Amino acid sequence: MSEPLFSKKNLKLLSDPLNDSNPITVQVLGICSALAVTAQLKPSIVMTISVMAVLAFANVIISLLRNTIPNRIRIIVQLVVIAALVILVDQVLRAYVYDVSKQLSVFVGLIITNCIIMGRLEAFALGNRPWQSFLDGIGNAAGYGFILIVVGFFRELLGSGSLLGYKIIPESWYIVNGGFYENNGLMVLSPMALIVVGVIIWVQRSRNRKLIED
Amino acid sequence: MKFIKNFFERTEPLVQKGAKYHWLNSVHDGFFTFLYTPKTTSKTGTHIHDYIDLKRTMSIVVLSVVPALLFGMYNVGVQHFKAIGELASTGFFDIFLFGLIKVLPIVIVSYGVGLGIEFVFAQLRGHEIQEGFLVSGMLIPLIMPVNTPLWMIAVATAFAVVLGKEVFGGTGMNIWNPALVARAFLFFAYPAQMSGDSVWIALKDTDKVVDGFSGATPMADAAAGHLNYSVADAFFGFIPGSIGETSTLAILIGAVLLIITGIGSWKIMVSTIAGGAVMGLILNAFAGSAGLSPEVATYFSMPFWHHLILGGFMFGAIFMATDPVSASQTEKGKWIYGFLIGILAIIIRVINPAFPEGMMLAILLMNTFAPLIDHYVVAGHVKRRTKRAKVSA
Repeated sequence: MSEPLFSKKNLKLLSDPLNDSNPITVQVLGICSALAVTAQLKPSIVMTISVMAVLAFANVIISLLRNTIPNRIRIIVQLVVIAALVILVDQVLRAYVYDVSKQLSVFVGLIITNCIIMGRLEAFALGNRPWQSFLDGIGNAAGYGFILIVVGFFRELLGSGSLLGYKIIPESWYIVNGGFYENNGLMVLSPMALIVVGVIIWVQRSRNRKLIED
Repeated sequence: MKFIKNFFERTEPLVQKGAKYHWLNSVHDGFFTFLYTPKTTSKTGTHIHDYIDLKRTMSIVVLSVVPALLFGMYNVGVQHFKAIGELASTGFFDIFLFGLIKVLPIVIVSYGVGLGIEFVFAQLRGHEIQEGFLVSGMLIPLIMPVNTPLWMIAVATAFAVVLGKEVFGGTGMNIWNPALVARAFLFFAYPAQMSGDSVWIALKDTDKVVDGFSGATPMADAAAGHLNYSVADAFFGFIPGSIGETSTLAILIGAVLLIITGIGSWKIMVSTIAGGAVMGLILNAFAGSAGLSPEVATYFSMPFWHHLILGGFMFGAIFMATDPVSASQTEKGKWIYGFLIGILAIIIRVINPAFPEGMMLAILLMNTFAPLIDHYVVAGHVKRRTKRAKVSA
């Protein structure tokens, strides 16, 4: 335990998933929820926080238990931990942000099956100490959430002309009000989320050349 | 015209690597080789080349859509003056001029945005300007309703060029026809501006329309169970519709040019039309079946060849389906590919009420499947020949 809490190695656990090993754009995990909840910015942000809470605490719990879990039943133990946390998150969302919780509908429950969470538990938490696992969880959820928020930002701005529910595009611009503008209906459909994620991947790889595979 | 050549030759050293305007190299090269056959020769390998290169091919395709474009301009004027009841009292040139003023900005926007993006990508990636957009830039205006706002055309063109073509590696690499990607983008993004009764005819709010004017396309009417067009109007193109798609005659003139020069595949054209006719006949056969509402039954029983002259079917069959990049490459594959486009276009058109026209979606779907068709055609050849080899051995 001589290592400082925020040593260079530990900080890397936080920063790596934001770029070099981003769960969505590099490992291509968690795409399903990234397409489903990002039609607007608010659900994207709530989803990010939920996944962050679940992933960070699941990582810590599994890391604490890592030497006591029999190898053969580790997956089911992980699932129990994740499911318990997801139920907690779901209850909190229902209590405090009921409308968003309704908007997210099944996708809160489906955090259980989010590949990123199982992946981090298997790949990291089972072999590392709690503090590092916590940082890894926060980092990966942040990497996931960053993409979600960027996609949600563009989809809500271009598809609904608003951000977090506030109108950005003036009403008088719209064609129905005698203006010239129209919201892009394609942005609200999930295929466009896939295209936006694709564009993000494109931009990221042209800036970060070592990610380009042959 | 010598001075143009002189200009390009004189400016050539200025755009070489390391020179002052080196970043203009691909633009210079693009315009020079567009106007004059390049004098560069191959250093190794094959030394005999066909004189016709990609730029010349594209020029011929552009030439072959000119009849449809000119007629489209005229028809925009005709539909306008018909709607306000002044068709008989307006001269030919006034009608054409009205259409020209409406259509020309769309063409300019399409070319301006598309070529601009092509130039930027050519500079960024350091390769020559690819001439694929010469054709797409001409096809995009022809498949738009005349009332589409110009900024939407700009957005759709940018989308088609960047996400329909450049992400796949540029001209020759795209899996879908870029012009149809632009159309599909607009169709799903701004449905109010791309369908309905008010987008096909250029009218201002102040224009007074004649009694009984609807503005709907014959296809929309047919879907509602009214067949109120004359076959001659549909064939010559005096019906509302996207700018260049209405006149079957003008499109067929282009088709002749494409077939004579060998640039468009006649197999795809013929099989697409055959597919449409076959599906029309199948629908006719089921027109009497119980359970169809009277409107649908009318649409089902429409003479099968009317499907070929209405809407975008012919334009798609001649200019869109034959795009050599996104179509099937094998000869047998071309027959399958075209036939399925024809069948699907009519199915979508008649049976799915959400889509008044099915040609765009049918071609995009078959573009997606073209490599698969090719794969199985080639696999079939390999299998047959292996079998033959075994028998003789």
